[in-house]
This record gives sequence, C-alpha cells and structure tokens, in this order.
Amino acid sequence: MIVFDDVSIAYDEQPVLTGADVVLEEGELTLVVGPTGSGKSTLLRAINGLVPHFSGGTLHGKVTVDGRDTRTHRPRDLADVVGFVLQDPVASFVTDTVEEELAYGMEALGVDATAMRRRVEETLDLLGLADVRSRPLRSLSGGQQQRVAIGAVLASGPRILVLDEPTSALDPVAAEDVLASLHRLVHDLGLTVVVAEHRLERVIHHADRVLLIQDGRVSALLDPAEAMVASTIYPPVIGLGRHLGWSPLPLSVRDARRRAGDLRASLEGVATAVAPTLAAAPVATAAGLVVRRGGEPVLRGIDLAVRPGEVVAVMGRNGAGKSTLLGSLVGQHAPVAGSVRIGHADHEIDPARARPAEIVRRAGMVPQDPISILYTDSVDEECRAADRDFRLPAGTTRAVLDRIAPGLDDDQHPRELSEGQRLSLALSLILASEPEVVLLDEPTRGLDYQAKRRLVGLLRDLAGRGHAILLATHDVELAAEVATRVMVLAEGEVVADGPAADVLAGSPAYAPQVAKILHPLRLLTVDEVVAAEGAAS
Amino acid sequence: MSPALHPLPRLLHPAAWWLWGVGLAVAASRTLNPFLLLLIVAVATWVVLERRELGSSNALVAFLVIGLVAIGLRIVMVTLLGGGVTGRVVLVRLPEVPLPDWTSGVRIGGPVTLEGTLFAVYQGLQLATILACLGAVNALASPRRLLRYVPATLYEIGTAVVVALTFAPQLVEDAQRVRTARRLRGHSSRSLAELGRIAVPVLVGALERSLDLAASMESRGYGRAVRRTARSTRLAGVLTLVGVGGVVVGLYGLLDGTSPLLLGMPTLALGVACAAAALLVGARRDPRTHYRRDPWGLSEWLVAAAGVVPAVVMIVAGTRHWDGIVPQQVPVELPAVPLVLVAAILVGATAAWTAPVPPLLARSRVARTTSAQRELVAS
Repeated sequence: MIVFDDVSIAYDEQPVLTGADVVLEEGELTLVVGPTGSGKSTLLRAINGLVPHFSGGTLHGKVTVDGRDTRTHRPRDLADVVGFVLQDPVASFVTDTVEEELAYGMEALGVDATAMRRRVEETLDLLGLADVRSRPLRSLSGGQQQRVAIGAVLASGPRILVLDEPTSALDPVAAEDVLASLHRLVHDLGLTVVVAEHRLERVIHHADRVLLIQDGRVSALLDPAEAMVASTIYPPVIGLGRHLGWSPLPLSVRDARRRAGDLRASLEGVATAVAPTLAAAPVATAAGLVVRRGGEPVLRGIDLAVRPGEVVAVMGRNGAGKSTLLGSLVGQHAPVAGSVRIGHADHEIDPARARPAEIVRRAGMVPQDPISILYTDSVDEECRAADRDFRLPAGTTRAVLDRIAPGLDDDQHPRELSEGQRLSLALSLILASEPEVVLLDEPTRGLDYQAKRRLVGLLRDLAGRGHAILLATHDVELAAEVATRVMVLAEGEVVADGPAADVLAGSPAYAPQVAKILHPLRLLTVDEVVAAEGAAS
Repeated sequence: MSPALHPLPRLLHPAAWWLWGVGLAVAASRTLNPFLLLLIVAVATWVVLERRELGSSNALVAFLVIGLVAIGLRIVMVTLLGGGVTGRVVLVRLPEVPLPDWTSGVRIGGPVTLEGTLFAVYQGLQLATILACLGAVNALASPRRLLRYVPATLYEIGTAVVVALTFAPQLVEDAQRVRTARRLRGHSSRSLAELGRIAVPVLVGALERSLDLAASMESRGYGRAVRRTARSTRLAGVLTLVGVGGVVVGLYGLLDGTSPLLLGMPTLALGVACAAAALLVGARRDPRTHYRRDPWGLSEWLVAAAGVVPAVVMIVAGTRHWDGIVPQQVPVELPAVPLVLVAAILVGATAAWTAPVPPLLARSRVARTTSAQRELVAS
C-alpha cells in the first residue's frame, strides 16, 4: 500500500531522515516510535506528499502510495487515498460545525450530494459523533475534536489514515476512545493506519507493526514485541517485562497480568514505603474556591493545601478545571467566592489582588504551551531577560538552566528547540526566582520517555529542596513516578484527594500500568517493584 | 394549522435572514423619527430572542453597544464642533476657539443648542438602529453560512474570508494568552513597548497555525477539482467583480438616505444581474459539490417579505415626504407617530412567527415544556 524505496529527506542539506526502505501492507496499524525530533513527523508527512511539496526539503528515493508516486502527485491529488490528521485538531478545522467539517473534504473532491449525505451520516455513527453533529467545533471537548478531525479525513473514503500524535492532548479515557475508534477502522474496514505517538503505553498493544526511528535512521518493519526488546523508548509494561526477563515481551496489561501471578504472590505482604507526613505549614492554600469563566462555574468550592516538599498531581478529564485551579493560584482568575493564599505564612498574599512581580516570588507557573512565555530570539537573551525581569544577579537563570538541561546553545532560537528543551528553558526561567510553589500545566505533552525521566528527576530534586509542586496532568505514568499526592477533579469539584498510591492504584481510569498488572498490590512503578523485590528477598 | 405556518424545526436559509435584516436597515436609513427607530430596534431584538439558535454567538449585544457608542460620539462631536442645525434654545455656551475666516462653517466650542443636540441624538440613533439590524442578522444567520452561497467562481475569496473570520477571534485569544503568560514572568505594564513585545509571539503563533490550516486544506484536496479553461475563469472573475461592486454601490445608495433613489435601485439591480450571470458562468464549470444546501421554501419568502415591506413603505414615505419621517428640528416638538409606518415596521416582527424554530432551540423548548408538564402532574 505504502512503499518507501530507499528514501532520505534533507532540509537545507541537513539530513532529517535516511534509509527508509519499507513496505507497509494494507490493513495494518503501523506505529512509528522514536524520540522527539527524530524525524517521525517528517516520515508521516512524506506519505501524503506534504514533504516535500508543502514544506520544502529534498527527497531522495521514491515514495509510492497506492501506486501513485508522491513526486508527481501533490497532497491534494492524494486526498482520496490518504487521510492525514494533524497533531493539533483545532488548527486543522476549516469550517465551524461538525457536519460541515466532515463534508468539507468531499465537497473539494466533488462527491455527489446524495453520496456525501450518506457518508456524513455513516461517519457520524462510526466515530460516535451523532449527538454533537450540529455543534460548533470550538465548543467540543478535546476527545470529540480529535474524533471530528479523524472523521473529517475519513469521510472522503481514504484507504490510508496517517495520524501524528492523536492522543497527546487527551485525558486517558478520551485517548482510549480515539484509539478504540482507530482499532475498529483497522479491524472492521481494513484501513491501513500509520500512527506516531509518544505515549506508547496507550497504543503499543493496538499496533501490528512498529517502525523505530533513531536520529533519522529508520528501522525495518518490526514485530511490536521484538521492537520493544531493543527500543530505547518503551512503556512501563515493557519495562517490567524486561526487568523480569519475560520473553516474548507482553505488550498489554492483560498479557502481563497473566504472567505476573508468581510476582504478585512473592510480593504479597511486602510493606510499601509510606510517604512521610509533612508537618510544615502550607505555602499555597485555597478554601471554598469558586471560579467562573464565561458565566459557567468551573471550580465549585475547592479546598487545597500544598506544603513544601509535596508534589501534588491534579488529574481529571479535559475541562474538569485543572488549568483554572492552577491559574487561580497565580492570580489569573479572580475567585467568585472562597479565598486563595500563596507564600509562607509571614508573607502570604492573595494572588488575585497582588502585582505580578509579587506573585512570581511566591508561585511560578509553566503554562501548557511553554513557548508562550518565551519572547526573545535566543536562549542567551531569554536568560538575561529573566535576570532583568526578576532583578537577579546576571547569570542566575543561565546557571539554573545549565543544571536542568546542560549544553543548550546560547544562540539557538527558542522555537528551534525540541519540546523537552523548550520546557527546560521555560522551567528554568520560572525557577530562577526560587518561587516557593512551582506550578506545571500538562508538562509532558510532546515529551519522550527520556525527557520525561529527566523531568521526574528534576521535580524530585526540587521537592527535596523544599519547593512545593503542583502539576496538572493527564499522564498517569508521570503522576505515578513523581506525585506524593493525587487530587482528582470532576466538574470543578474534588472527587479524590490522598496519597498517590491510594488514589491511583484503585482507579480504573487513572491506574498506571504497573498498578493494573499487580492489582491489588499498591505498587505504581517499575522502580517500586524493584525496591519491593529487594525487600522481599 | 397548516404545516407551512408551523414548519419543522430547521435553520432558515441565511439569504432570507439577510434580506430581512437589510430590509429593516434600509427602513431605518429613511427616517430620523426616534420612535420609529426604537420600534425597529425592538422588532429586531424580539425576532433575535425568538429565533436565535442556541449556542450561536449573540452579535446583537456587541452591535447594540457599538450603537450606543456611536450615539455618544455623535453628541460629543456636535457639542464640540457644532452641527448643521442652528437652534434657538441654548443649553450651554462653551468657550469658542477663534478660527481664521477661511474655515467658515467650522467652529470649535460655542453655544450648544437643544435643537442641535436632539438632531445629533436622532442621527446617532439612526446609525445605531442600522447597526442593530446588522447585529440581529449576524446573530440569526452567521455570515459564514451566507458565505457558503457565494458563487463558485468566488470560492477562493469565500475561503479566504472564512479563514479570516476564524483568524481574528483566535488572534484575540492568543493575545490574551500571551498577556497572561507575560504576567507569569512578573510583567504587568500596559505600555506600548509591552504591546510590541506581545505582538511578535502572537503573530508568530498565528502564522504557524495558518500553515497548519493550509497543510490541512491541501491534504484534504482543496483546489484539486477546479479544472476550468483560462477564458471562462477570467470571464467569470470579471463578471463577479463587477457584480459584487454593483451590489456594494447599490446597497450604499439604498442605505444612504441622502443619495438619489435613482442611484440606489438601478445600480443594485444591475449588480445583482452581473453577480447572477457570473454565478451561472462559473457554476457550470465547477465540479465541486455542496453538502446540504438549505431549501428555499414558503418560510423564506415570508421572512424576506417581512424585511422588504417596511423598506418599501419607508422609501415611498420618504420620497412623498409624509409626516413623521423626519421630525421637525426648529422649533423642537414631539415627533408624530403615523400608524401606517408603525404597521409597516411591525410587519418585520412577523419573522418571529413565520421563520421555523432552529433545531437546538426547539429541542430545549420541548424539554422545558415536558419537564414543566411533569412537575404539573407531580403536584
């Protein structure tokens, strides 16, 4: 169906991708795995000709899709064979309601009106969008938007579907929804699907084939279990399997659970380390906090106290009020009722009334999109601007950055950095003024496992040095690794708040893979399993 | 009850709403009588309250606010610079700035008269009413829905407008986001330099998103099916430009009460004819298809008529100089309210019944009635 014939791609003589020589068969779900910036997106975009027709660059070799050579066919000429779903669904919407968006591609292809009407109806049903058919696209939840984006390309009837990180912005349940739809398309309709995804734990068990990309080198088409033996990037279930020397590696929680009977028995009764109770006075508190946005109450009476040394993960589905809670702590939203205080008891302030300069010394937040707090055109200039902003001695910010991400080039433009580097830069700008509370909104979006591991180490280090950390995240594995406490929000109310092991281990939606495998043991990560094994023997 | 009077819930053809709204706006442009103008605003508001689809943006409120600002500005201008009306009842005497003789007619400061101020209020109110009519149409049928009916030859322009319509609100959102982000770094000033610093990331972000959108349109086949000969493309393009120009000039002639009626009607008719010709020439060659075109039925005729009737009556009344069209300025007296004109404007309100209820609104109304009935039964 898709043939890469010794393909290499270069931008300005800089090779991005080399030696792609694979044939993707019809009716298979191929997963593209690689670290950030390894060339995954470039590979995907080469399938429908966006590379090189749209984004420029030089393509050597030949890509053939359903018998059509992408050198002579522009993306628009391949639109009836390849459906391409971009990373950010909102940026890809052309019209403003669900139905019109689904019909847009067919209108352009000239599908006749009756067939179009039928296909829109079928697509609405196939992706479970019938209830929202006439709703404006912007009013939909993240998962629904992603499904509309998939439906919009699917309605034109392509045989190939290419998706670039379809679940990176979604909560675990919405992500499962989208992936289940994909699974159905492959198994019921025989579509050929190519997916790039960082969060392998969500998607590896759906894959038929895996392509590994490392520094632009594309591997041959591999069997998922084989690929995971050697991959530098792997989800916790694989980590556990590798640690225990299982072969073949189980890919899904179900398979791993069948194998883990002995392990569960051997670890039964091993006491897990209990997080020390912290006696220090809280540095961020909210009491009965009610916040409205656009007339709608988003937070309905939140009580919260974060103490130094704590890492609190705020979880909940898209739109549950996580970002609003974080925003309220730095004075972005004025409460309708209740109170918010940040800072130690002797200099605490109400962020909604304080000046930004006062807030940043007590609470620093890295927003969801770190690029939005970067303005200048080089890393060096950015660090010096931060020193000036916070009236710090020259070089302070650079020193923090060097500790977090050593070796960032002074002259590099922030937009050219990888997602992980960008996050590190934004984080060091915020940390430079040593705020007592550090807030992170969705910090692992777009991060690969290695970058995530560095972030985890950094957060632990910060907590150890007495910072209080509050992070809003969809990433259950991150929460399992780093959180001491987990708070689950739903509809603007706190539905669970307690030690991470208590909240995560028992939850069907938010349990990390290791906890699902070892249920009812309360172990969340591979490291904890290793420690427990040591204690048992 | 006949089905025509109680059609199934659906969205009315946007062109019908725009005819209705422009009709009311034309009616407003022909009179300075404050009572008639307020009546038109009331009619427009009432129809919006009755027939606006749930969840669609309520542009009426924004337009009403702009209208109030327009009235205020008009009064300030007349107070400071003097209007064309020289009245006898002086309210205040502002200090006058002496100006050289050659600026005859222009003055700064000086006496503020009751007559002049009232006239300014009337003129401001007229502008506000026209704005309210346009706001009402925007709320009832978004301009994007109307854009789906632009002639096929204008497809590219239509798409550009749609993208621009999405772009502007997103730009505002982006600017807000970047501003909040600036606060995270301890900045709170509202200075011009700060604005400059915000501008770059906002524009860069917007540019990146536009590239994404372009990539999405390209990979979904945008522009692929259009295979026309160069000659027909050129002909249709010229015809459409002439047509759109004609419609614009014609509308201007209709809305500007001071221009001769002869300019308005014929230009409008000519423009519409050109646009129609262009549409026919272009559409014959265009292989793109359209999803779910709105039907044009009895409701559409009735709503369009509800807008055209007040416009025609007011134009006729204006050319025949009926009482109450333009209130007497000097001396000031309470404007008369001729019943014929009131009746004509009230015809515009019939759209609140003749138009079908939009689907989501209908559903929520049904839900409300059934729950009310259930409560009644329970009690």
